[in-house]
Amino acid sequence: MNVRSRPRVAVFKMASCDGCQLQILDAEDALLELAGAIEIVNFAEASSDLRPGPYDITLVEGSVSTPEQEAQIREIREASRILITIGACATAGGIQALRNATGRLEEFVRTVYPTPEYVRTLEDSHPVADHVPVDLELTGCPIDRGELLHALASLLAGAKPRVSTSPVCLECKRRGAVCVVVAKGEPCLGPVTRTGCGAICPRFGRGCYGCFGPAQAPGNAEALGRRFIELGLRPKEAADRFRFITGWAPAFREAAARLEEVER
Amino acid sequence: MWHIEREGLGRLIRLLADRGYRVIGPTVRDDAIVLEEIEGLEDLPAGVREVQGPGSYRLERSNDGRLFDWAHGPDAGKRFLFPPRERLTEIRRDREGMRVGPAPEEDDRPLALLGLRSCDLHAIAVQDRVFMGLDERYRRRRERAVLIGVNCAVPGGTCFCVSMGTGPRCTSGFDLALTELADGFALEVGSRVGQELRDALGARPASEDERAEVDAIATAAAERMGRTLDVSDMPTLLYRNREHPRWREVAERCLACTNCTMVCPTCFCHDVVDDVSLSGDVATRSREWASCFSAEYSWAAGVVVRESHAARYRQWLTHKFASWIDQFGVSGCVGCGRCITWCPVGIDVTEEIAAIRATDGAVEVRTA
Repeated sequence: MNVRSRPRVAVFKMASCDGCQLQILDAEDALLELAGAIEIVNFAEASSDLRPGPYDITLVEGSVSTPEQEAQIREIREASRILITIGACATAGGIQALRNATGRLEEFVRTVYPTPEYVRTLEDSHPVADHVPVDLELTGCPIDRGELLHALASLLAGAKPRVSTSPVCLECKRRGAVCVVVAKGEPCLGPVTRTGCGAICPRFGRGCYGCFGPAQAPGNAEALGRRFIELGLRPKEAADRFRFITGWAPAFREAAARLEEVER
Repeated sequence: MWHIEREGLGRLIRLLADRGYRVIGPTVRDDAIVLEEIEGLEDLPAGVREVQGPGSYRLERSNDGRLFDWAHGPDAGKRFLFPPRERLTEIRRDREGMRVGPAPEEDDRPLALLGLRSCDLHAIAVQDRVFMGLDERYRRRRERAVLIGVNCAVPGGTCFCVSMGTGPRCTSGFDLALTELADGFALEVGSRVGQELRDALGARPASEDERAEVDAIATAAAERMGRTLDVSDMPTLLYRNREHPRWREVAERCLACTNCTMVCPTCFCHDVVDDVSLSGDVATRSREWASCFSAEYSWAAGVVVRESHAARYRQWLTHKFASWIDQFGVSGCVGCGRCITWCPVGIDVTEEIAAIRATDGAVEVRTA
């Protein structure tokens, strides 16, 4: 994944809240260095000067949630040498994937929107990688700025970015955070969630809610859910812990389904 | 044996700080007793008790003001002698060329570790075997460190140091060892540095009664182990049971979350990672704690060599209790029980080894 010096970079969004793009604009100390290292040529959130591709590196936020986005993501892929998806929406379908496989899309649209006839949407919200090949996925809601900068700096240096697949617990312990499951009996998704956030929630005394998505394979989210049940959650409540921002990620989706079986 | 008043411990902490030490000791943070930099007696966990069990750790309060009536929280000496993340090398490029050099220590004060248990002192001795001959940074920190043990009066519910022959009484590896008495501390000296500190504190010789009290506390603690473990026939017990069905059974509960290896005071596995600045002018090489439960850590020659949780759990337990003996001449386990307490699902190494021993030689029969 080597790129030439001062590569042309584009940032696009699909179905998303813009929070991951803001991680770039909020990069503070790193912004000047970033501006010197890359040339941002198409980034609607930052500038109305939108130039056409091809792009050396493209960052895509958001899920594929409408028919237009299905076509758009193919065009983006065509125009990009390296495609990096950023955030829970782009990598796992996002919170909007809660509608997936419910068979109740029409009902949701009618309930949420005052003029549902304007809404044209796909039955399911998909991660970008379901539609086009993706070179690198940075998960999180939002993404971790440090991980993004590390990925860009590595690509600029001609090195493979290091994106850990280990669980949040590893980082919790490195940083000396006390385990909220063990010391407080609080349900925490850290043991089965990918690290990258710096263990921010457990460091503030609350359980991880899994926004970085499933950690390494083979995973064992179901066993963690069974532990939640021992700690006092009903099976349905344990299942719902996995049905959140990254609930459509296969490892969480399957664990939730099996935990719900227990309830029945 | 010697004796200091309760206030003498406060003077010891200040004395060490005045001599330029970074004094690390037990203190309460976020519902646990952790090891952090302390400034005086008031930072210690007065009147705090622990209730430890598999996957569970709770603090309780009493008003008796006793400072050490607990076993240990998640931290041990490892966190300071072998830090979780450490910059090793810095490379800078400028007009004059490229400069490569060791990264400076983030805090270069020598360490004084106060409140270590006998298991913790043994764990440091185990890590010494791993790092001393090889690792200059570890060796420098270790050689400058002052180690102050405190004998356990109240072992935890997951402790089994008696089974491992590593406690509960501090017998080696300390500069000073304390035992909390009703009116102060009994003091044992284990080194020349300890001797100097004793003299500076003006400790008086302990009375016959005080000596007897220290013996009684150690004897009572040894009888209050939360767990026992039969370690006879190691390492071969685990070697010959590598296909035992228990590995697969434990894997059904194991999350491969790495907690057992992180809290283990002897686990030394680490990764070496590189970072580069956006400008490409500064690169750093760092070392960080890693774990045999991480898939990325068992990535070798293009594959994950231990794909299943069963394989990773077997690797950890067999290394800790068996192949460690072949590799370093001692067991990798000091019986502190942290891996049992801090496992989010409460997997208990003593139970797992006992189960394998009970059905020694069993092999998994897979039917089509």
